[in-house]
Amino acid sequence: MTDLSAARNRRDRNTRWLLLTPAMLVLLFAASGPLLIVLVYSFLTPGDYGGVEWQFSLQAWTNVLAERDIFTDEWQLADAHLTVLWRSIKLSFMTAVLAFIFGFPTAYFIATRPPRQRDIYMLLIMIPFWTNLLIRTFAIMELIRNQGTVNTLLIAMGVIDEPIQMLFTEFSLLLGMTYVYLPLMILPIYASMERFDFSLVEAGYDLYATRLQVLRKIIFPLVKPGVVAGSILVFVPCLGAYVTPRVLGGGKQLMLGNLIELQFGQLRNWPLGAALSLTLLVIVMIALLFYVRAVGREGETNV
Amino acid sequence: MSKGGFDVRRQTGFTTVAVFCFVVLYLPIILLVLYSFNAGESIAIWEGFSWRWYVSAWENERVQAATVRSVVVALSASLIATSSAVLAALATTRTRPWRGQTLAFALINQPLMVPEIVTAVALLIFFALVKVWTGYTGLAYLIIAHSAFCLPFAYMPIRARLQGMDLSLEQAGADLYGTPFKVFRRITLPQLWPGILAGAMLAFVISLDDVVITEFVKSAGQDTLPTYMLGQLRRVITPEINAISSALLAISVMLVIGFFFLSRTPK
Amino acid sequence: MIEIEGVTKIFGVGAEAFTALDDVSVTIDANEFFTLLGPSGCGKTTLLRVIAGFIDPTRGRVTLDGNNLLNQPPYARPVNTVFQSYALFPHMTVAQNIAFGLEMLGKPGSEVTSTVDEMLALVRMTEMADRKTSQISGGQQQRVALARALAPRPKVLLLDEPLSALDFKLRKDMQLELKRLQSETGITFIFVTHDQDEALTMSNRIAVMNEGRIRQIGGPRDIYDHPAERFVADFIGDTNFLDVELLKVEGEQAHIRLPSGSEVVARAAQGGGRTGGEVTVAIRPEHARMDEAEGALFQGALSNVVYVGTDTHYHIDLDSGGQFIVRQQNQPDQRHERQVGERVGVNFGAGIGQILKD
Repeated sequence: MTDLSAARNRRDRNTRWLLLTPAMLVLLFAASGPLLIVLVYSFLTPGDYGGVEWQFSLQAWTNVLAERDIFTDEWQLADAHLTVLWRSIKLSFMTAVLAFIFGFPTAYFIATRPPRQRDIYMLLIMIPFWTNLLIRTFAIMELIRNQGTVNTLLIAMGVIDEPIQMLFTEFSLLLGMTYVYLPLMILPIYASMERFDFSLVEAGYDLYATRLQVLRKIIFPLVKPGVVAGSILVFVPCLGAYVTPRVLGGGKQLMLGNLIELQFGQLRNWPLGAALSLTLLVIVMIALLFYVRAVGREGETNV
Repeated sequence: MSKGGFDVRRQTGFTTVAVFCFVVLYLPIILLVLYSFNAGESIAIWEGFSWRWYVSAWENERVQAATVRSVVVALSASLIATSSAVLAALATTRTRPWRGQTLAFALINQPLMVPEIVTAVALLIFFALVKVWTGYTGLAYLIIAHSAFCLPFAYMPIRARLQGMDLSLEQAGADLYGTPFKVFRRITLPQLWPGILAGAMLAFVISLDDVVITEFVKSAGQDTLPTYMLGQLRRVITPEINAISSALLAISVMLVIGFFFLSRTPK
Repeated sequence: MIEIEGVTKIFGVGAEAFTALDDVSVTIDANEFFTLLGPSGCGKTTLLRVIAGFIDPTRGRVTLDGNNLLNQPPYARPVNTVFQSYALFPHMTVAQNIAFGLEMLGKPGSEVTSTVDEMLALVRMTEMADRKTSQISGGQQQRVALARALAPRPKVLLLDEPLSALDFKLRKDMQLELKRLQSETGITFIFVTHDQDEALTMSNRIAVMNEGRIRQIGGPRDIYDHPAERFVADFIGDTNFLDVELLKVEGEQAHIRLPSGSEVVARAAQGGGRTGGEVTVAIRPEHARMDEAEGALFQGALSNVVYVGTDTHYHIDLDSGGQFIVRQQNQPDQRHERQVGERVGVNFGAGIGQILKD
């Protein structure tokens, strides 16, 4: 390499760092840096009034899954935590399945419209997605609460006498999260369907396949990466959901996010909260690894 | 395709499900907006049209303060996020590939990957320390936190625009005696504007709508509109909440539609 | 005068390293229309971008009138480029595009205006001055790109396949237009193309490139009639190759013996080469004549007759093996048609065959 390109490389490097500095400062101060402190806090002892004592302890990490019985002083599984963890995973999974059942036909419907219409339909999907999550959760809450639209309507029609309790149940969480995260399923499925070559379907029919067989054997395998991506995109934010379970679960149906918040609020156990946060982070990262692999594979097939 | 012929694209029931989805996506929101105009105090029984809940929200001092705070935070955060995103996008698209690129990319996108609640907890812990050290408890914490999670949203459309831009235009600028700064100002920036505007709008919407991180980072008396609304949950719900929601929705919808048209690739 | 000395460009490192330019040396004179011709990936565009300053060579020197170009950034080089995609600024009008380089050079406003007007007239685009670049046709965009690059009066104009996006008819017109502009402005043009017709039509000299090296430099006639090696003969036009025995070389004259046993004089290989043994001789299809079998240099059977309008191509299976193509111009009073299967002979004059170096 000549001196010339070396000098140019050096100049390039300096410009690059200068350009990146503002973004990196913001992110280090308010995103990445604090995460490291969470790691440190998870190994400390809780303070009496919140905060921490600067004393090393593994207790928080043990407490994620186990707790010491107050009376017998024996270790046992932390039922409360496990219930919440199980509910989080179960509801996230069911939400992804529901979102697929409704999202796949919708994405297919949009992808089979003429190009100009597709844009409009996608805008219709994007608008709810980018509008306030809290407001959309409120909207669901107002629909299903005891004095809400659905119950009032049913009583007025004489179908029921007493309001049906829908709010603060697992059903309400499932409904709310499916409603809120449905666009995240539709977007990637649509993205892979938009590029789908429908002459393949014609070839399928030409070779005696029925509609269902065409769907199962031709369309689905080719848009599967989009389905995987969509499922992960729904599953991941559900796992960490905080607002939806707080509004629709009302403190009765805790999910991981609410359990973490409790440690920083009423329960004043910051190290446990830190350890639970990192547990959530690890689960999410594993799910994202699947996502990267799915999307990576999709990229290859499209080259 | 001829009418009445065999439609290869049709799948039984799919259209029904799609229509159902569109209805379900919008019905709750439409009802929410509808009842914001209810004359009565119920959010389920219609008692006639009235502006009373908008008036009462407008006159509510806590709502006023929260609105001002929301706007100040969203404006500052989108400004910081967008300007640093422009520079970062230049660094990741307009210099030769380099070793730290993946890391920088991961850092910028970190707020998209890490669950909000985890970031919120991290900021709560970190800012608690900083507050003790400095004694400062002002809005700056909210602004910097919002800037960080808005950054990837501002970065994405700007980067997309830069990547979609024909590199030979900038080369032509340099070939015609434009120094790097002049080329940026005269060639790159004029074409980048739609991307910058789109990024800023997205960042503004994201900041305006944030609940979780604000809830954890705010000091006492620093409610934004969304956290104020969340706080009202414990009380009896009146259509005043619907009125505030509808106003917020209107802003978001306008910005999202604006973003949509700005970020469409020019034909 | 541009002097390029030993320029080498290697992209990547280690196993993935790719040599785009391999020790390229060439001198391009002032006022010359010089063409770099070769297939895609031969390094011609890389060489152009080295001169423009968008690529740093790994080794070598590039000077313009004795001044080192390589230590100057692109915006300091008195060299302008017409890009393959034209790269017209979409947010500016035609006139603003043409003015851009002059403004960057800090020319006074009056001079900018007058030069822009002059350039618009030169490329016959005066009426289009205030159009956006998206509102004009491909051929017009091409002319604006030319005017924009010529406006600052560069010492050298670099043209990177500027005609490839135009349709056939327009391309023919632009070839003549470019030639006119070059002679009117007196600026050195370095023109990159993979199209042999373009190269032959416009150039003073052509450098044929392949795999990062210059294979032959010469005038259009030189290159076409006297290719130095097999690649050049094959890349430009159609060629028959015959394996022959070289008997002796006297200056430019080479005595060869054809496989049929006939002896004939051909042109010796460019820049020397072998003086005896097996060599390849190249003969253009239109330089050979088809005659009666009797008494011809060599003979064969007619295997195919292809009518292509202006010419007829006769494919002949040679008795000595291999195929030979003769191209003859069609006349309105064509005397008699040859039939497939007929025995025919082939003749060509002294000095017509060109011995190849390889």
